[in-house]
Amino acid sequence: MKEIRVLSPVGMLGYGFPAESFQKGLEKKPHVIAADAGSTDAGPHKLGAGVGIVSKEATKKDLTLMITAGCENKIPVIIGSAGGSGAEVHLNWTSEIVKEIAKEKNLHFKMALIHAEVEKDYLQKKLAQGKIKPLGPVPELTSKDIEEATRIVAVMGVHSHIKALEMGAEVIIAGRSNDPAMFAALPIKEGYDPGLALHMGKILECGAMASTPGTTSDCMMAYLREDCFIVEPTNALRKCVPSTVAAHTLYEKSSPLHIIGPEGVVDVTGCKFEQYSERAVKVSGSKLKKSETINIKLEGASKVAYRTICIAGLRDPIMIKQIDECEKHVRKTVATYFSDIPSQDYRLIFHIYGKNGVMGELEPRKEITSHELCLILEVVAKDQELANTICAFARSTLMHYSYKGRVATAGNLAFPYAPSDIPTGAVYRFNIHHLIKVNDPDELFSIEMIEV
Amino acid sequence: MTNEVSIIDLVKVIRSKNAGPFELTFDIIFKDKETYEKVKKTKVITKELIAKVYHIPIEKVLHFVEFDPANAIKATIVRPVDSGSIGETDVYGAQQHAPLLEIKIPYN
Repeated sequence: MKEIRVLSPVGMLGYGFPAESFQKGLEKKPHVIAADAGSTDAGPHKLGAGVGIVSKEATKKDLTLMITAGCENKIPVIIGSAGGSGAEVHLNWTSEIVKEIAKEKNLHFKMALIHAEVEKDYLQKKLAQGKIKPLGPVPELTSKDIEEATRIVAVMGVHSHIKALEMGAEVIIAGRSNDPAMFAALPIKEGYDPGLALHMGKILECGAMASTPGTTSDCMMAYLREDCFIVEPTNALRKCVPSTVAAHTLYEKSSPLHIIGPEGVVDVTGCKFEQYSERAVKVSGSKLKKSETINIKLEGASKVAYRTICIAGLRDPIMIKQIDECEKHVRKTVATYFSDIPSQDYRLIFHIYGKNGVMGELEPRKEITSHELCLILEVVAKDQELANTICAFARSTLMHYSYKGRVATAGNLAFPYAPSDIPTGAVYRFNIHHLIKVNDPDELFSIEMIEV
Repeated sequence: MTNEVSIIDLVKVIRSKNAGPFELTFDIIFKDKETYEKVKKTKVITKELIAKVYHIPIEKVLHFVEFDPANAIKATIVRPVDSGSIGETDVYGAQQHAPLLEIKIPYN
């Protein structure tokens, strides 16, 4: 029987996984070991500021186990969305860690770096040619958006991973990648059904999350055959059941029926999820509808402001009842005092926990029933100095505001920290979330081979 | 006789999460096929209900799908603010599910 085996040690490189689970996975003789290192979940700051989601030490620990095992057993190791956001800075960061491991462990291999950061001039040309369109509920892209972005990445599919494998790469460190790509690349290269391979990749990208008890910090093994794939956590404490695997098919996607990627759309409408053995689930029926044109997702982040916050507790019941009026007073006093500063240069935001701090405008409950509130006073402004200044003024205004019926005249806020005001630096936003139409993915992704 | 049952007693999972930085998606996964089919038949959980629960216009509910293989109902809405932008309250979107826990299902 034809079969290819894929080991996913962890749902996010750097989250850590038990060495015993990994060993159990290796005993099943996987053909490839792959892990996802990225996400947009942590917000635009990672891409914008060029920083990672996990620490260097944590990344190194996971990579050491994976690369050592890969070299010993001649199994390719693929990391997708290196460094969290998969831009140049993230790719270099990860590649340096790999080189450090190789030096310390005296390992030698061919490493492919797949670049995913996109040149602005190239994008401007493509924009002018009408090749870029919005992805989801976002406005049309403008030339200014491209200019303002601090970094822009394109999200690669299996194409570039396959190419790197064909070039003889034993370790692949890829920039921003579609989540299933690193798991599906080798199977698709070997001629396995791409619909099943991509669906399998979607289940594997979160490690053992699709099992029960689910977690991203443990290993999942997949066995892809001609007409189905089977997934099983390698840790005997966990098991897959049809509902956990089916549920993971929906996870973090807007529509459950279609898994959309650069290769096309995987239709899972007719999928079957069956218990295969005690801890394994068999999935069949996923079908890839290849797209006729090549559309690649772009992600970009731009710097929009600087932030200062102040955290304070409120315990006075007379004040809690009037919290909305207190907020109004602070806003008015700030606007009057800083009337020489254009109002678009700063914004004052009240996060009131105990009222609607978690859900903001989506919160259906209007009444406050708590005996204490937490306030995060947030100021975003065009520079850090202005954010600090306005935050300090708003804080002292609220601290000493004589609201109606006040009896506690010493001060209105309980600060857990000194200093009370915390500058948090630059604020970014995802200003590019679009699709670009290309003739060849190689326009966007180049491969660099390194002998380590 | 028809009783009202809290949705909490009928589900395995109710969760919210980002589906990319611009959308927020809700998964309601029922205990088993039978429960799922019964709830589906009541037609209580609809696109309109999602709009009502979150006080948003119905156009902001981008997808509403019943997914039989997972015994699940899924809805996706436009995020009030794109993830991590100014005005954000929940970067991962993982705590926006709570109002769904208050849904009552007529059930016998």
